[in-house]
Amino acid sequence: MSMENALPISHRQRLWLYALGGLVMLFLIAPSVIIVIMSFSGSTLLQFPPQEWSLRWYESYFGSVEWRDATIVSVKVAMMTAVVATLLGTAAAYAINARTLRLTGAINALLTASLIIPVILIGIGTFFLYARIGLNNTLTGLVIAHTVQALPLVVLTVLSGLRSYDMNQEMVARSLGANRFAAFFQVTVPQIRFSIVSGALFAFITSFDEVVVSLFISGGETTTLTRRMFNALRDQIDPTIAAISTCLIVLSIVLLSAAQLFGRGR
Amino acid sequence: MSIVSASLAPAGRSDRALNADALAADARRESRGMLALLSPGLFLVFAVIIVPIGWLFWLSLFDETGQLSASNYARFFEQASYIKTFVTTFKVAFVVTGACVLFGYPLAYMLSQLPRRAAGVCLIFVILPFWTSVLVRTYAWLVILQRKGLINTWLIDLGVVGQPLPLANNFAGVVIGMTHIMLPFLVLPLYASMKSIDTDCLRAGMNLGASPAATFRQIFFPLSLPGLASGVVIVFVLCLGFFVTPALMGGGKVIMWAMRMEQTTSLYSNWGAGAALGVVLLGVTLALLGLFQWLLGARATGVWSRR
Repeated sequence: MSMENALPISHRQRLWLYALGGLVMLFLIAPSVIIVIMSFSGSTLLQFPPQEWSLRWYESYFGSVEWRDATIVSVKVAMMTAVVATLLGTAAAYAINARTLRLTGAINALLTASLIIPVILIGIGTFFLYARIGLNNTLTGLVIAHTVQALPLVVLTVLSGLRSYDMNQEMVARSLGANRFAAFFQVTVPQIRFSIVSGALFAFITSFDEVVVSLFISGGETTTLTRRMFNALRDQIDPTIAAISTCLIVLSIVLLSAAQLFGRGR
Repeated sequence: MSIVSASLAPAGRSDRALNADALAADARRESRGMLALLSPGLFLVFAVIIVPIGWLFWLSLFDETGQLSASNYARFFEQASYIKTFVTTFKVAFVVTGACVLFGYPLAYMLSQLPRRAAGVCLIFVILPFWTSVLVRTYAWLVILQRKGLINTWLIDLGVVGQPLPLANNFAGVVIGMTHIMLPFLVLPLYASMKSIDTDCLRAGMNLGASPAATFRQIFFPLSLPGLASGVVIVFVLCLGFFVTPALMGGGKVIMWAMRMEQTTSLYSNWGAGAALGVVLLGVTLALLGLFQWLLGARATGVWSRR
């Protein structure tokens, strides 16, 4: 909003609004800040601010075979989910954008169903299905389940990229003799690559942070980081989790900034 | 191109009809190609979401002896523990939604009034929590609110209270934790809709002599209602099926719908009863979203495409 667009209300008159908004912003950000600071505490007691500083909770995280294995499982699953969901989601977004199919509404609803259907129901249903076909406690099972949850985000992100792209350019390439794949990969993809990368990042983070479905379908050797954290939190509050949480927060910041940077290139 | 070959074909039919045939064949081929692109994604969603839910629905129609019966649904009205679960769930959902409106509306309003750059910076405070793991945020609230947590330590050190306040492992803890998680789901659609309100309407009101308060009450607020409604619906619906925070912060005392489903299936292996709970939850969710879409002609799920 430029200055001449501003309403004839001074910032002074709005101080109460800024104060209120600031408090709500504090409420939103404070928990993450507190956890990051407390993860560097040297004490087993929960003190804020900590009396002494150390990296012992990070040592406890990286030194534990169980936490490390769970982290590796989560990274593997998230990477595979990002690849599969991006491929399937981009293909689906392309087809939806072409508008040649009838029932686009139904197709959209089906593809974005996992955003609306209560996750607990997806968890129980997936567990029930996987028990019959032997996919519980497998990486494949986790990747499939997470892909379904990440798919809507990829579709929505890529679709928004395609909507701001002029599909006639691909038509021109085809009329000049490029086949469909060449036209898509050489003309369209370079122009929507930012949305595709953003979609992939969102898919990665969705899978990495997923809790409820993983609680049901992961276990044993394929226990994900979030499942192990959930169980640890049920028992007691181990400050190691503050160190893990800090790593997760940093990961979110890095991936979001990357998505934001790519998004700007759009 | 097929159009060219069609017009060259020697036939009794007119060029126009042949052209139309060729175009129709082309369109059909195009449609098939697009369907092929969609099918892997659609297949996965169908196999992992639709089929199991259909299966669970089927299971919910039979009792423990395998007889077709409505007993899995009847117990919702008969057993006090189920009724209590529903009451708790709706109570939490109402309180959390109310708190989100109370905190979210001023924040969204402030964001919509700030200059672009400042709003962008402030939005980080909404988007970062949105993309931070629910587990991490619940853990943070446990650390802050529990008996020996930060708030109680501070209050006791300052001599404000003698005994630690019961903030976690109860209703209050669940509401605080869930409000934190749901707030971005309300603020983001609300902010987007407030951004689209034409400032000229407000300026016109003020030019005609309305006070700032009257301008807000009579012009801005009514125009922001659709955005508010979509935020309220999405938050309410997400609250109904929420699992992680009540499971970790309820201290076993606040049993919500999703926890009940988990207990029924995992602990007691009663799939019929758990499935029935799921079916009703899905029914309520879809009914609320459908009602919303019918009333306002908009999808409440836009929040995910408006980051």
